[in-house]
Order: sequence, then structure tokens, then C-alpha cells
Amino acid sequence: MIYAYIFVMAGVTYLIRMLPLTLIQRKISNIYIRSFLYYIPYACLTAMTFPAILYATESPFSGFVGLAVAVFLAIRKKSLIFVAGFACAGVFLAERILEILPMC
Amino acid sequence: MVHNKIRAGLRDGIPIALGYFSVSFSFGMLAVQDGISPFHAVLISLMNLTSAGQFAGLTVIVSGASLVEMALTQLVINIRYALMSVSLSQKLDSSVKTFQRMLIAYGNTDEIFAVASSKPGTVGSKYMYGLILLPVIGWVGGTLTGAVASTILPAAVISALGVALYGMFIAIVVPVAKESKEVLLVVAVSLVFSSAFYYLPVLRNISSGFTIIICTVAAAGIGAVLFPIKEEQA
Repeated sequence: MIYAYIFVMAGVTYLIRMLPLTLIQRKISNIYIRSFLYYIPYACLTAMTFPAILYATESPFSGFVGLAVAVFLAIRKKSLIFVAGFACAGVFLAERILEILPMC
Repeated sequence: MVHNKIRAGLRDGIPIALGYFSVSFSFGMLAVQDGISPFHAVLISLMNLTSAGQFAGLTVIVSGASLVEMALTQLVINIRYALMSVSLSQKLDSSVKTFQRMLIAYGNTDEIFAVASSKPGTVGSKYMYGLILLPVIGWVGGTLTGAVASTILPAAVISALGVALYGMFIAIVVPVAKESKEVLLVVAVSLVFSSAFYYLPVLRNISSGFTIIICTVAAAGIGAVLFPIKEEQA
């Protein structure tokens, strides 16, 4: 079953990339379709990131710290590795602080 | 002017490869945490070469959803590549044959597309092969390293690395949303929808694969209707 998933996944992804590159030679002129395609990555990445990021770590608090650090650095246009790396570091520190705080 | 030096492609691919390694590391780790074997995780990375699609695909596999749901999820999440491929087809030099286009299509990721598009003039097949090679090695190697490391690394480190992929997504979305109020609106709509599907009764019973599809189509659709963008932006 895992192979069926992988092949469907890879097949669909490849065809999406391959068909337009080989078949379509002229530009899409419909402004609404172009706009829709343009907005898709932002809509999609946002839906995947939030609120999932809050539950990707040991606690929603550390997840939120990771989110805050990433947004703060991304607003300053830091590189992908920089943003991702410091978000991880923020989560790590937040979880160490949570450990130190008395659990009452 | 035609960019067709394999060496130039390789050089431009180095920063992409480094970024991919760190992100696919977290993919490999996550996959193994979800019960996928390291071999299958590496196979997924080698055959798909896409962060968002693989990440969502993992969710589909883990939830045991249907193959139709898998196909739909990949179609919606990766449909953006269709636009990039259309755009890249104009960017490729006329010397690039159909068979070569089929090979290049495999490596048309967000970052590779962005770098190829930023070159003045047209790009040839040799440049594209060079540009694609190192990111593929970085992506597959990172997945393998992450998959193996997840069995060794302490829980504290694994928890922290869990946000790496999200960090990269945020680094892609936020700078554009900051400059464009249209993209900001699309992001806001998607955020509200996604939260609603996560927290509200009834809605939260819908699988995460379909949630991503619905949020993406709704937010991008609203954006396209309200703010159809000018020719030069898209």
C-alpha cells in the first residue's frame, strides 16, 4: 500500500510539472486563472503552517515561540535556512525554560 | 543570451541544496516518527522533490486515506508548479528538446524555478541539469540523514527540529505578504479557514488533506476574484 501512495503522489506531482512544460508553449491569458495560480502557494503554505505549528512540538507554548521567531525574522527578509534554524533554536530554548519553571 | 554552462548551474544550486538539506532533514525525521521506514522516506523525497506536497502526502499516508484523496491533495498543493512550468517553458532556450524538457520538469521546484527565472535571457538544458543536481542530492541526503538521526537524537532536539519546515514556509510567505496587501489578504483568509477547520466542531472531523485543499482553493479563489493581478506580477 505504501508503494501505491508513493507512486500516485510522485505521478501526479511529475505530470503537473511535465505536461505544461512540454505541451503548453503559449502564455495563459486568463487573468483570473493566472491570479489563482499565483496566490496558491501562499494560501497553501499558510493553511499547512497554522495552527499545525502549535502542535508540532512538545507544547503549544514552544510551538508559538517558534512561530513568533520565524515571523519576526521573515519580516526582516532573512534567508530560509536562517529563519528555520532560529525557529528551531527558539523552540529548544522555550522548552528548556518550561523545564526550569516550577510545575505547580 | 543563453545560460548553458553546467558549472554555472551547479554554483547557483549550492545555496538551494543547503536549504533543502535542512528542511528535508526534518521531513525524514517526521516520516520516521510517523512510522514510515527510512527507505520509503528517501524514495518519497527522490521521486517527488517537493516540500509542501510531501509533507501533506505524509499526513494522507498516516491517516490511511484513499488514493483519490492522495491524488487530489497533490494536485491542489502542487498545481502551482503548472504555472511555473508554463512560465519556464517560455524561459527555456529554443534549443531545449522535448525529451530534455521532460527531464527538467522533474526538478522544477519553487526555488529552482525562481533562480532559473532570475537569469537574463534564456536558459539551456546543461545549465538546468547543473542547477537541479545539487538540490536533489541535498534533498535526498537530508531526508536520509533525518530519518536515521531521528532514532538517535534526543527528544528535545527532535521537538525543536519539528518547526524547521514551518520556519521555511513562513520565510517564503511573510516577506511577500509584507509587500503585497493582496497576498496578505489571501494569507489571512487561509489562516482563518485553517483555524476553523482545526478547532470548530464538525469541521474538525474533515481530514487534514482535504482541509488543506479547501483552504487553499477558497483563499486563492477569493484573492483571484477580488484582486486579479496585473500581467507583469504573475
